[in-house]
Amino acid sequence: MTGTALLFLVLGLGLIGWIAGRARAAAFVRSAKGGPRGTVNSLPYYHGWFVAICAIAPALIFMFIWQSISPSLVTNMVLSAPAAADLPQEGFARAAILSEARAIAQGFQATAFQDGSEKLVPLYEGALSYYKWIGVAATVLLLFAGGAFAFTRIKPDFRARSKVERVVMFGLLVASLIAILTTLGIFASLIFESWRFFSMVSPFEFLFGTEWNPKSVVTPGADNGYGAIPLFWGTIFIGAIIAMIVAIPLGLMSAIFLTQYASASVRKWMKPILEILAGVPTVVYGYFAALTVAPAVRDFAVMLGVSNAASDNALAAGIVMGVMIIPLVSSMSDDSIAAVPSAMRDGSLAMGATKSETIKQVLLPAALPGVVGGILLAVSRAIGETMIVVMAAGYTANLTANPFATITTITVQIVALLTGDQDFGSPHTLAAFALGLALFVTTFFLNYVALRVVKKYREAYE
Amino acid sequence: MSNAMMDPTPTDWNGQIMQKRIARRYAAERRFKAMGFLAVSLSTLFLAFLLFTMLGQGLRGFQRTEIAVDFDFPALTAGATATAISGPNADAALNSMDIPGIVELAVGQQYGDISDGLLTTGAAGNVRQMLLDNPSLITSKQQLWLPVDSRLDVAFKRSGEPAAEQTVAALAQKDALRTGFNWTFLTGADATDPSAVGIWAAFKGSLMTMAITLMLAFPVGVLAALYLEEYASKNKLTDMIEVSINNLAAVPSIIFGLLGLAVFLSLFGMPRSSALVGGLTLALMTMPVIVIAGRNAVKSVPPSIREAALGIGASPVQVVFHHVLPLALPGILTGTIIGMARALGETAPLLMIGMRAFIPAAPEGFTDATTALPVQIYLWSDEVNKGFVEKTSAAIIVLLIFLLGMNALAIYLRNRFETRW
Repeated sequence: MTGTALLFLVLGLGLIGWIAGRARAAAFVRSAKGGPRGTVNSLPYYHGWFVAICAIAPALIFMFIWQSISPSLVTNMVLSAPAAADLPQEGFARAAILSEARAIAQGFQATAFQDGSEKLVPLYEGALSYYKWIGVAATVLLLFAGGAFAFTRIKPDFRARSKVERVVMFGLLVASLIAILTTLGIFASLIFESWRFFSMVSPFEFLFGTEWNPKSVVTPGADNGYGAIPLFWGTIFIGAIIAMIVAIPLGLMSAIFLTQYASASVRKWMKPILEILAGVPTVVYGYFAALTVAPAVRDFAVMLGVSNAASDNALAAGIVMGVMIIPLVSSMSDDSIAAVPSAMRDGSLAMGATKSETIKQVLLPAALPGVVGGILLAVSRAIGETMIVVMAAGYTANLTANPFATITTITVQIVALLTGDQDFGSPHTLAAFALGLALFVTTFFLNYVALRVVKKYREAYE
Repeated sequence: MSNAMMDPTPTDWNGQIMQKRIARRYAAERRFKAMGFLAVSLSTLFLAFLLFTMLGQGLRGFQRTEIAVDFDFPALTAGATATAISGPNADAALNSMDIPGIVELAVGQQYGDISDGLLTTGAAGNVRQMLLDNPSLITSKQQLWLPVDSRLDVAFKRSGEPAAEQTVAALAQKDALRTGFNWTFLTGADATDPSAVGIWAAFKGSLMTMAITLMLAFPVGVLAALYLEEYASKNKLTDMIEVSINNLAAVPSIIFGLLGLAVFLSLFGMPRSSALVGGLTLALMTMPVIVIAGRNAVKSVPPSIREAALGIGASPVQVVFHHVLPLALPGILTGTIIGMARALGETAPLLMIGMRAFIPAAPEGFTDATTALPVQIYLWSDEVNKGFVEKTSAAIIVLLIFLLGMNALAIYLRNRFETRW
């Protein structure tokens, strides 16, 4: 019996428990004196839920725990058998033989390659089915015990509703805690893997080194080519400089035009079009940048007389990224301009200022914190963007301010380092996590500041 | 200023200086407005340019070039009968026939010295399928249209290598080439030959990944939104949850990929590049989006509804699940669809969990190695072979159509069911 089948069995029995519980409570309702509802505390279906929850919850929790402890129980049983006595004592070979025998017993693998794993297969098969049936039996037993306990509790005055509602509230709280768990998971995994990386490569080299040419075998103390300064620079150059030069004027002016000048019908059509720009997947932008924009930019550079223009230049990636960011800047500016009290605007117009003077001298200064917050969010989005730079920018680390040259970014290098069948403990894989940590901390900081700025600004006008 | 105040004569607005000044200010006004218009038009133009480029290249990806090949089946198969290749044993009978050899022979007889590399790798499979669909073909001479090799395909559609161009010119003179609809592209899987690739495998992988994402992110997101908006008391824990959610919504997607790699693959040992792991990773990414949309939807339900329900004796849980949630559901669904559309187009986290391998078959289960539509686009865009350019754009068209459909559905739901209180 597979895990899925067992799961369906548990859910099916839970449904039966629900029906039985509801029927029993309904019988109380019918037999109760003094009106149709009588003195029964809760509606019948709450009793049904009470029985179902009491039956399913312990069984599911047990299944989950059993799933995680049964593999080691199986291994212990196999190792205690006499046939396992002549296994090699050395850790790695031993583990390889064991895992192969297990894979064959589970049907994932057809033939054995390791010496001596063949004879362990029947042992594994025996142990697996032994513990599997123990698990199934215990699950079903727990289910029936829980269901029977709940069933006997059902009485006319039993407060089934408050019990069920307590479980619902607990479920709501658990769902909310998943967000914290995810954040903690991100933090923990990034910090843990980065720690392993920094025990091989010195953090000083990583943060201040200017040469990025990662070696797969590192020697402690020596220069291993893990200097991330060129990556930090490339990320800032493409995401925070080139992309923003495109996105800030276009986004801000679009927001101003759409909110202050455009007629209602124009606005009705143009806003969704800008939103489409935000909805296009980044892989499409990346393909467009690599296929159309990058060759055009290179031709333009050659026309200008820049001889060493690369086909995977930073400018193309930056421009396309900027276009992708336009809707974000535009909608954030839109919000902050709309939040400026209309009295300020009306006052300025009443004094005889033209619309553009009002916008430039009254609305924009008043909305500036919100706009700046929006730009910070846009920068954070741009430096974390992956596919555009992976497809359009290069893989070579270059510490240059020439927009026609190849420049690489943090995200590109994370993808590059994790390409291929890397062993999880290799410095390449771990370096990707260190870069990820740098990226996470930067974007976290930018987002935090941006949200604070925007919030403060909104409070100022409320 | 003080001079002007003492001066009793009012400003002469019709005077030359003032008129000039006003003209200058109006000109600045017009310029500013024109700049705004320019900004909006530039963004629109860029979008139009992008879509037209993709359409222009991608539509060719749905077509294929076919070549007429005469099959003298009685001679080639030594007189096999229609009954031999129909019925339950059809597959085995066809397998014993060496169809690739038959196809090679037929092409060799007809096209002689240029027959080498004329057909795509999947051509024999096409012949096999035709015979399976219509066994009576095998009893007579037939002219079948078979897809050509990608080099010739590119040369026939646009311009290819000189050698391929020559072959195409010679074949076109004999009227042996035509353009047909590329069904393989909609039903096939990844292949090394661009004229034999299809997107079905990647599409199925995407659907399976999305199914996992929806099953996990939607309930958790809705429940978390209800808790935060309706029940959570103002304390440290609630603040932490709020900060986490706001932060998660803005974390770069590649970080979620690293989390999936470290936790689901390395720690839990789940199967690499499977729809299960992809769905889990994307669910973590989509959940905050659903929570934020859900909170806004729940917030917009007026308090009078809650008070009325409480007033007639509903418990707090009943108030929320019987009254607030149904009223907020359209808004929550809109947010969910938008979040799912974002997840469908997401590539970077899937690359992190190993979805970059060459997978030439559609996944059968949630733990099979699979690829997804955006990842397939990325993989094809990396190919050197020129035939992949149009396939990449065609796959992009399919992806964009789906995203557009999802967003249209979200807008429809919003307009149809949203109540203004």
